[in-house]
Amino acid sequence: MTQIAQPFHSNIPAQPFDVVIVGGGHNGLVCAAYLAKAGKKVLVLEQRHILGGAAASDEVFPGFTFSVFSYVVSLFRPHIVRELELTRHGYSVIPLECTFTPFPDGESLVRCGDPQATRREIARFSPKDAEMAPRFSMAMTQMAGFIKHIIDAPAPDPASLRIGEVRRLLDLGRRFKALDGDDRYTFTKLMTMSAVEFLDLWFESDRLKGPMSVSGIIGTCLGVRSPGTAYVLLHHYMGEIDGAFRSWGLSKGGTGGVSLACARAARSFGAEIRTEAPVEQILVKRGNAVGVVVKGGQEIKSKAVISAADTHQTFFKMVGEQHLDKDLIRQLKRFKYRGSSAKVNLAVDRLPEFSCKPGDGPHLKGDITIAPGVDYLEKAYDDAKYGDFSKKPFLDIVIPSLTDPTVAPPGKHVISIFVQYAPYHLKEGPAQWPQKREALGDTVIDTLAEYCPNLKDSILHRQVVTPWDLEQDVGLTEGNIFQGELSLEQLGPFRPVAGWSRYRTPINHLWLCGSCVHPGGGIMGAPGELAAKSFLKS
Amino acid sequence: MPIPTPFHTRTEKLCTSYRWTDWAGYCAVCSYQLPNESEYYAIRHAAGLIDITPLFKYQVVGTDAGAFLSRIMARDIGIMGIGQAAYCCWCDDDGKIIDDGTVFRLEENLFRVHTGEPMYAWFEQFKRGFSVTLEDVTESIAAVAIQGPTSRETLKRLSDFDMDSLAYYHVTAGRLDGIDALISRSGFTGDLGYEIWVKNADALPLWDALMAAGKPYLLQPAGLDVLDITRIEAGLILNAVDFHNAQHCLIESQKSTPFELRLGWTIDLERDPFSGQRALIAERAGGSRYALVGLVLNWEEQEALYARHGLPVQVSTAAWRGGVPVYNREGSRQIGRATSGTWSPVIKKNLALASVENAYAQPGTKLKIEYTVEYQRETVSAVVTPMPFYNPEHKKD
Repeated sequence: MTQIAQPFHSNIPAQPFDVVIVGGGHNGLVCAAYLAKAGKKVLVLEQRHILGGAAASDEVFPGFTFSVFSYVVSLFRPHIVRELELTRHGYSVIPLECTFTPFPDGESLVRCGDPQATRREIARFSPKDAEMAPRFSMAMTQMAGFIKHIIDAPAPDPASLRIGEVRRLLDLGRRFKALDGDDRYTFTKLMTMSAVEFLDLWFESDRLKGPMSVSGIIGTCLGVRSPGTAYVLLHHYMGEIDGAFRSWGLSKGGTGGVSLACARAARSFGAEIRTEAPVEQILVKRGNAVGVVVKGGQEIKSKAVISAADTHQTFFKMVGEQHLDKDLIRQLKRFKYRGSSAKVNLAVDRLPEFSCKPGDGPHLKGDITIAPGVDYLEKAYDDAKYGDFSKKPFLDIVIPSLTDPTVAPPGKHVISIFVQYAPYHLKEGPAQWPQKREALGDTVIDTLAEYCPNLKDSILHRQVVTPWDLEQDVGLTEGNIFQGELSLEQLGPFRPVAGWSRYRTPINHLWLCGSCVHPGGGIMGAPGELAAKSFLKS
Repeated sequence: MPIPTPFHTRTEKLCTSYRWTDWAGYCAVCSYQLPNESEYYAIRHAAGLIDITPLFKYQVVGTDAGAFLSRIMARDIGIMGIGQAAYCCWCDDDGKIIDDGTVFRLEENLFRVHTGEPMYAWFEQFKRGFSVTLEDVTESIAAVAIQGPTSRETLKRLSDFDMDSLAYYHVTAGRLDGIDALISRSGFTGDLGYEIWVKNADALPLWDALMAAGKPYLLQPAGLDVLDITRIEAGLILNAVDFHNAQHCLIESQKSTPFELRLGWTIDLERDPFSGQRALIAERAGGSRYALVGLVLNWEEQEALYARHGLPVQVSTAAWRGGVPVYNREGSRQIGRATSGTWSPVIKKNLALASVENAYAQPGTKLKIEYTVEYQRETVSAVVTPMPFYNPEHKKD
């Protein structure tokens, strides 16, 4: 197969281009594929040696491939898979079988795709919750079905009086009206409440509410009791695999597999992709973006520039404040990043053995959540509020090597541990993260080892990725995995700046296509797709 | 009442779903787990172990064994090399298909034939004039299929011979963990895979050896439900589903010919007489009435049909079978029938196998297929698509 991407310095592409895309993460690549498919001459410039941005797989230790940053796939839009024929290019997502929550007292909870088994499991703690759980799922499916129309199109702008915008708002209104009365209330509550308050409406058992509430805080610097987190809960419920909402999966070959499939699709349509090509400057002349300068001084001219980087990187690092008016600078600076999560990736020589559920049953093939209760999670947040990482963090763990033999040598495994809270803004300052990195790693291992006594002896290699590393290595400002918090005031028409939901920026011919624009983060591809479609319409 | 296969004492412990079916008089596992997605993904990304003992097995020995089978089969079995395996079908005098299966040439004068239905009587009627012995060995041989990308690595840990030299559709005798076995590189999943044939007494040690060797390669037992999905992805037809044994058909329209089933590539017409030869020569000259095609259903239209009821589109986790009418593009005339179909988790498309009038068989032809949503019969567009739908490079590597 022809190489997907080549290093920039060994193959400087022939100019000019219709579009240069800054950043070869999955959104940049999706955007490139759509534009190239429409006949545009497209160049993607990725700063790192591998593609994928935060959705990248890297053989960090020989034989062990880590999904270094993001680790599960669910939100990726199915129509993008179809339209770009990504399955032909290697896109394959294996659904996670279950969610397993161990508790410190030796109990555990396994929720899986078998509804009766799940009911019996939950009933051990609360017969009432066991019956509520499917009703809750149904309500969330209704909500997700409603939200789907919002995430699959640019966000309607409530302040605009343009006919198209008004029509889209009315259409949304009609869909809202079509929800039945209860669902309308549910939606309103979702938009305003905290994850825990919302779950309190349905459930009584802390053992259920703990692991269920964590979807409300992922990637935000908020606690499960902070208002607004109920919506984030829904955002994570919108995952769709094969038509079914609320299923999460592992990408074959790691999350980089998704990015590489997008890259192969883009290549098949004629896009050029270069790695090791950090863009230092977006060239702006008389208010128009006219190209980019790659590190080393090489200028690349193009009719338009689409940035897959976040707003901070794009405007303050690449465009420069001299091209922005004061009001805009203020608005951009107000956009909250506040990265709060970290990753610990392990290479191990045997599977973890949970003392509450010994053996290597199907519970290890799913999502393993260290979130034994609401107070546990809120205490974890308390540490973060005062600029420290959690002494007892929330952990979300997957073992991809149990379903994908390509990521570890036979008989050995990789364990991916998502950690929250690890706030970018340490009280000593973010630059202290390199000194705290291993201490964070130790805390995470100690936390997990309380449940799996054999863990420490099984570790062959360990990689700790802090928010500081996310900023330095991948260019995610303040290490926010969503290129900006998914808090209510930063969603829809307000993402990233009110009135920008059409992916254009105030600089002519400069567009945005990363997770910092609607509908936001997660390996969704929607920002890249919608930016490309909006661009093509313009 | 179905009887257990020689692997039953192992499979019954693993079959936590208690979902069994009757396959040719044997208890066979539909799915080991509930839900069974992991069995499917094991086959596509690691390896699945499937008990295929219920296949009918015949041993053909004698100086005329090759000639005898050539007389029966539409394929010229006599030209097969030793160690070769072949997929083939056989017909009645009218060129209508009886069944399909595989033939192994183990020695110059020793063959093994595997079929979906009992065929002793059908084969036996051709014996006259041939120096050959035909023996039904179905109940003395146990068989498993190990299918998926890590199947070869698993077998390498057990074999006393060079697995890499066993080419696609070839067979060898060898020892696996000390157990005498026939190992063929064949299967019903369209993936890299092998079938292993042993004496009944060796079944349990073989199962244990495979499961232990396969653990680091993520081998897991897989049931017939996911096998059905994978065989449709591979474009492989199934007797009594996509076609019917002509002997069981009450009316002509229920019968099919190998050409209609796209099995023309398995037929060697110009040679000594074989069953159905004259009719097949005539069909080749005059053309076939029907053609088996692969269909991909239009997802957007399915989504729209569900949306009309306020529902998200529902994807079945199991393959379906049974006739569904297929219409021309305008939906004005029925031009065929879809006989089985599935949602393909790897291709992310709804697939179907269909028999349609020959004029509608060109790839790219747009058709309509019946599709029921909320008890209402509708149609959605479907496009004729070349098969196999899923054809990984590693299958023949």
